[in-house]
Formats: sequence, C-alpha cells, structure tokens
Amino acid sequence: MAQADELDRPVPDAQKPRRDWAGALGAEGAKAPPPALEESAGLMGAGLYEAGRTVHNKRIDGPFRRFKWAIMAITLTVYYATPWIRWDRGPYAPDQAVLVDLAHRRFYMFDIEIWPHEFYFVAGLLIMAGIGLFLVTSAVGRAWCGYACPQTVWTDLFQHVDRFFDGDRNARARLDKAPWGAAKTLRRLAKWAVYLAIAFWTGGAWIMYFADAPTLTYDFWHGTADPIAYACVAVLTGTTFWLGGFMREQVCIYMCPWPRIQAAMLDEKSLIVTYKDWRGEQRGSVKKAAKNPDKYGDCIDCRLCVAVCPTGVDIRDGQQIGCITCGLCIDACDRVMKETGRARGLIDYATLEQCDAERAGAPASPAWKALLRPRVFIYFGVWAAIGAGLLFALGTRTHTDLTVAPDRNPPFMLLKDGSVRNAYTLRLRNMEARPRTMVVSLEGLPAGAVMWTEAVRLENAGPTQTVTVAANATKVLRAYVMLPPGIRGDDDGLAFAFRLTSSDEQHESDVAPTTFSMPEDD
Amino acid sequence: MTNRIDEPTGTEFVGHEWDGIKELNTPLPRWWLYTFYATILFAAVYVVLYPAWPLIDRATAGTLGWSSRGDLAAELRAADAARAGVVAKIAATPIEALPSDPALMQAAVAGGAAAFKVNCVQCHGAGAAGSPGYPNLNDDDWIWGGTLTDIEYTLTHGIRWDSAAETRSNFMPAFQGSFDAMQVSALAGHVLSLSGKAKPSAAGAQMFADNCAACHGAGGEGLPAVGGPALNDAIWLYGGSAAEIGKQILAPRHGVMPAWQGRLDPVTIKMLAAYVHARGGGQASAPAAAQPEAAQVAAK
Repeated sequence: MAQADELDRPVPDAQKPRRDWAGALGAEGAKAPPPALEESAGLMGAGLYEAGRTVHNKRIDGPFRRFKWAIMAITLTVYYATPWIRWDRGPYAPDQAVLVDLAHRRFYMFDIEIWPHEFYFVAGLLIMAGIGLFLVTSAVGRAWCGYACPQTVWTDLFQHVDRFFDGDRNARARLDKAPWGAAKTLRRLAKWAVYLAIAFWTGGAWIMYFADAPTLTYDFWHGTADPIAYACVAVLTGTTFWLGGFMREQVCIYMCPWPRIQAAMLDEKSLIVTYKDWRGEQRGSVKKAAKNPDKYGDCIDCRLCVAVCPTGVDIRDGQQIGCITCGLCIDACDRVMKETGRARGLIDYATLEQCDAERAGAPASPAWKALLRPRVFIYFGVWAAIGAGLLFALGTRTHTDLTVAPDRNPPFMLLKDGSVRNAYTLRLRNMEARPRTMVVSLEGLPAGAVMWTEAVRLENAGPTQTVTVAANATKVLRAYVMLPPGIRGDDDGLAFAFRLTSSDEQHESDVAPTTFSMPEDD
Repeated sequence: MTNRIDEPTGTEFVGHEWDGIKELNTPLPRWWLYTFYATILFAAVYVVLYPAWPLIDRATAGTLGWSSRGDLAAELRAADAARAGVVAKIAATPIEALPSDPALMQAAVAGGAAAFKVNCVQCHGAGAAGSPGYPNLNDDDWIWGGTLTDIEYTLTHGIRWDSAAETRSNFMPAFQGSFDAMQVSALAGHVLSLSGKAKPSAAGAQMFADNCAACHGAGGEGLPAVGGPALNDAIWLYGGSAAEIGKQILAPRHGVMPAWQGRLDPVTIKMLAAYVHARGGGQASAPAAAQPEAAQVAAK
C-alpha cells in the first residue's frame, strides 16, 4: 500500500485521520487495519476496538512552548541532579542532601531528618501534595497535566527525540508509512537506542534517592549492588521506554485516573483551554472571508491547532479528557491570527463563565481573574495551615525522645527481703548525629526507690543512671526499679515518670509517665 | 439503514437497544485487547512454571520446582548460617565468662528468650513468673543457686529427674504421724517468724533446730548446695500462710524439672541459662572462679 514515493509528497493535514473522541471510528479510513472483533449483524460493521495511531505533533514556538521548555528543564534537572547534592551532617550521618534510607529507616532532606516515629511529617507532606493538586486545579485547571506531570514531561522529551531523528510532523508520518528498508531500520534503531538511554538514565536516577549515589553508581557498574537496585532500574527503564516512547497520550486518556478526577473537580469557573467558537465560526479560508466577511468567522480551518497537539485532540470540539491544557494550540493559533492580521486569543485560556460573558458581548476579561475565587483561597488556606503546622512541629521538636513500656507479665516482682521490683523497657532516642550521654531519672516515687539496668546491675543501683546513646540511634534499655519493703500504693499502683535528660549544653529532656505496680496488701 | 449515527455526539450505534436506550460505540484502543491477550499468555506460562492446579492431595508442582515451604526452608538455612558465628562463639565461651562480653551476652539472652518460649513457658509461664509449685525465675530467690553456672547445671541435669544420673535431687521427709496439730502449728509459726510475720516461740524454735535446720539452715536462710529452700524471705513456692506451711510440713510436695541434656543442644541450654539469669534476679558468679577460666579461653 504505502509506496516509497509517498515519502517525498507532503501529507496534507486534512487528509490525515482526524482524532475525534466522540466518534473516531468512521474516520479511520480505508488504510486502517480491519477491526479485531466484529459482530457483523449487530455492529453494522463498526469496530469494537480502535487501531493504534501515533500522534506526530508539529513543532511550534510561542510563550507556552517556551514555558514548557523551562518547566521541563527544571523538573528534569531536579530529578536527575538532586541525589548528587552533598550535605555535610558530620561523621555519623550520610552526606547526601536527599536520601530515603529505607535500610536504616531514615529520611534525609537537607537539614531535616525524619525518623519512622515521625512519619506524620511525611503524611503531612502527602496531604499537602494532595491539597496542593486541588489548589492548582481550582486555580489553573489541569496545569499539572499540561506542564509538570512526569508522563507529560517525558512524552514531550521523547517527541523531541522523534523530531530530532525523523523530522517534523509530516516527515514522521511519511516515515511511519514507508516500507522497512535499511535506512528506516537504522533510523528507528538509533531512535530507540536514544529512547532506551533516556529510559535507563531515568531508572538509574531513581535508585540514587535510596542509597549513597556515588557508592551505588560504583557498585552498580561493578555488579555488586543489591539485586533490588538492578530490578528497580530494569522496571523503570522498561516503563519509561514504553510509556514515554510508545504509549504517550494513551496513558493520559485510558490509564490515568487523574483526568477523571480533574473532570469532577473542574467547574464553569475553572481555567481551561477554550476555542471561542462565536468568534471562529463559520470556519473558512482568508480568501473566502475577504469575499464574504459576514458569513465567515476568524478560524481559517488550517488545523494547525490539531497538528501541534501532543495528545492529538481538536480543541475546537470543546473541553475533553484528551486536552491536558498545555497551551501549545494557543501558541499555534496566535501565530496564525498574527499572520492573518487578526486579534490573538481565538484559542485561549479562559473559564466557561468568561466564555459565556464574552459570547454575550462583554469584553474579554484577563485569564488571571479566574484565580480570584473563594475555592482557591480556601484550598490555599488549608494547604498553608498544614504547611505552617508542619513547620512549627519541625521547629519545636527535640532530638531526644523517651518511651517506656512496663513489663506486664509479671507486672511486679516480690523479692526475698519483701521489696518490690518492676521492670520496664525504655527506648532512648538520640536524634543528633553524634553520641550523647544522657541521664535517666525517676520522678514521683517515694524515697528509697532505686533503679538499675542490665548493664549496671543491682549493686550499683541508684536514683539515676547515666547512659551513652550512639549517634542517630535508639537504645533499648531494660530498667529495673525497686521500692524498699513496706511501701504500698493502691490497686492502681504508683504513678511516676522516667525523665531523660541530655548531659550536653542543650539539656534536652523528655518525660515518659508510667506506673509502678505492687502486690495488694498482704 | 437510517439512524446509525447518534446526532448529538456524532457517534455510531452498536445496534443494541434496551427500552429505548441505545448503546453508542466508543471503542477501546486495540492495545487494551492485546494487554488482555498478554495476561492470558502470562497465565499459561505461569501454570507451567509454578504450582497451579489443585489435585486431590497436592497441587501441580510446576517446572521451576518453586514452593513457599522451600522458600521458608531456605530462609531458615540462611538465618542459621548468619547465626553460625555467634553460636560457635557462645559454644566456645564458658558460661561464667559470658557477661564479660556484653554483645555475646545479649545474643545469648535473645536466643534464650526464643528457646524459653518453646520449652519453658508451659511450667514457668510466659513471663517466667511461675505459679504455685512452679518457681518464679524473675526474683532473687534460688533454691539450687542463681549463678550462671548453677542455672546451667539445673537446666542440663534437671531436678529429681530420675533418668539423669547427675540430676539435682533431695527429699524433705513427711512429718505426717510424727507431729500433732499443736506441734505443726508451733513449727509453722516459727517458720513465719523467721521473716518477721509471726512471734517466735521457744517450742517452735526447738523443733526447727532439731528437724529442719540441717537442710534449711539455722536461721532458715536455705542451703542452695543441697537445694534447701530459704524460709526467711518473702517468697513461698507452695504458699506462705501458716496453714499452707503446715500442709507442706506434713506432706511435702516435690517439684520435678526435666533434664534438658539430650533434648536441647548445649548452646541452647547455655543461652537459656543466660536468659533466666538476665531476668533480673541472677546472682553474680564468684569472681575468683570466673576470671581464670575466661583467661584460659582467651589464651586458647
């Protein structure tokens, strides 16, 4: 079917299969392979499955394209470079600025170190991320989809690789249809090799967040890294290669739940990319419009907005799940409007409410006005309150922590001389990156109460004990507390507390209340 | 054919209609179908490679020979291998030298805690607190001695365990028929007076000196060497009331503990002794006896 000479002939956009989400089938044309399944009588010849097709988006330049470049540069740089930033924490802690140390249950982020018992900080960050998405959606619609989503960023990157190897839209479409020869095979292999390199680099960068990056890189190439590292790289290389190189907009349209969630969150006040049909219709060429200005609108039906779309939708059909609101069609249309001497903004960011007002004759209101609405402020308020709460908690947390668990079996122990002993498991946390000496003391027990630990033994029992806790560690201490004979409390025992005080200049301290159990009166 | 296209959406009908509701054809992408085929292929491969089809008494084994029991066995072997160094070190260290190596002692106590839960809790309780007739291992009262060496010996040879040659054994005579009720009352009163719970009496003191002091000590302080329990403290194996003491005088009960030699390997017994000793009441080994042996081990 496809002939070599087709390579030289440009394919007019109008002849290309048109992506129409409402009814894609009829437009597939004769060249589409026969549908996989057909129920001849019931389906009246319509296919149940849609043939796969590649979106060859045309290169465009404009403010939104440049903004996308900037976001891509920032996000990719952050992703690839962050694990390599060093951060001096002294000799007892890793010097990687951002490190999720799963093996040692620590999460480092610059000056912040999160322990497992403080996971609420991470939970708080996740809640902030969730509410942040709501905030962004109510303020600027699907901006996440259009600019910052990894699927969008990597798809964009891979589409640029396509452009580099195969040329722009028409050349790529021609090459797709060209028969497989040496030249095409070579080109495809080279392109896929670059896909693979990007995918591998992506997978390789991921694992650096979970171990010391230079060490892991060395181990990785010497074959001595953990098998999990290789498996992670393999899986992420595979998914990046496949999702970024081949699935692309199919991920947004069929796999990702976010467009559906967004569809539920958008309303008539949300910023979306709109085609101003009252201004654009009826579509017609510049020549026709010049002859009959009353009949034709501003849209010259050049289909450039469709050609540049990374997901291949026609924005003129209105709001749709395939539109990730990246604004490239705005760049395209603005250029055409400029060339034809018409006002920009036939396709533009606007809310449905603004569209209605404009259709009714009101002057176009600037898109940023969509930001000023209560929903945005409420989301921002909640988001900022959580953030402030987290910062406050982070600023006031101590680096010393004590928890105590009394032995429940047996709750108390009667000794030979009639004195009563209780046993406790103490957890002493030193969250500083240096060993610290700490004092454990008893508060609220009658005179004569003494304590000792496994290391100290009864002979050296006293009202306080001094222990050294290693840097960045939790020391589990079994402590015994003994009351001399003759002291009896009520049935609930005696309430008292352990106090842990650091013996350094910080004098941090933590109190853990607990109970001393005793036999009932004999 | 008319009306094949739904006017508002421009979508084709599939031809199905239920009560006037017509189904529109919004097709899935074909790769979705291929993904479905791929899962079928995956299942077919899985059935060949892994256990899959249930049979009467087992399942098909799969050509890889994988099983979750095999995984568990491999993990247990790996854990054993990882422990081998520590276990060998514990085996080579005499028990009284264990405390001088805190890390090794900690490992032994942890190992003992695990073995205790399997072998000892049936009588001594999960918290080692015992119950009437079964000694509490947390306190500082030791009938047969509370040093590491003593505890290890008791574990190894048992108490009144007839089939073990070197078992710890003693018997308290039953005084049924020898004493009348008044005498038993006087003697029980004297025993209680040893810990200050009753007034001393001359008659009781005389009876105690004549019949009891040989094993329990003149002041009731006990004789661990022969397993004579201390009677001057607050701890009573069979109850500390005058009636319970009287009952024990007339018809003593004697606890039995199995000898664990042969059932458990020496390292496990050593770790159990370390655990019991570390429950809070363990007695320190005599320094003179402990040190030279530790030095000998170091020299070896």
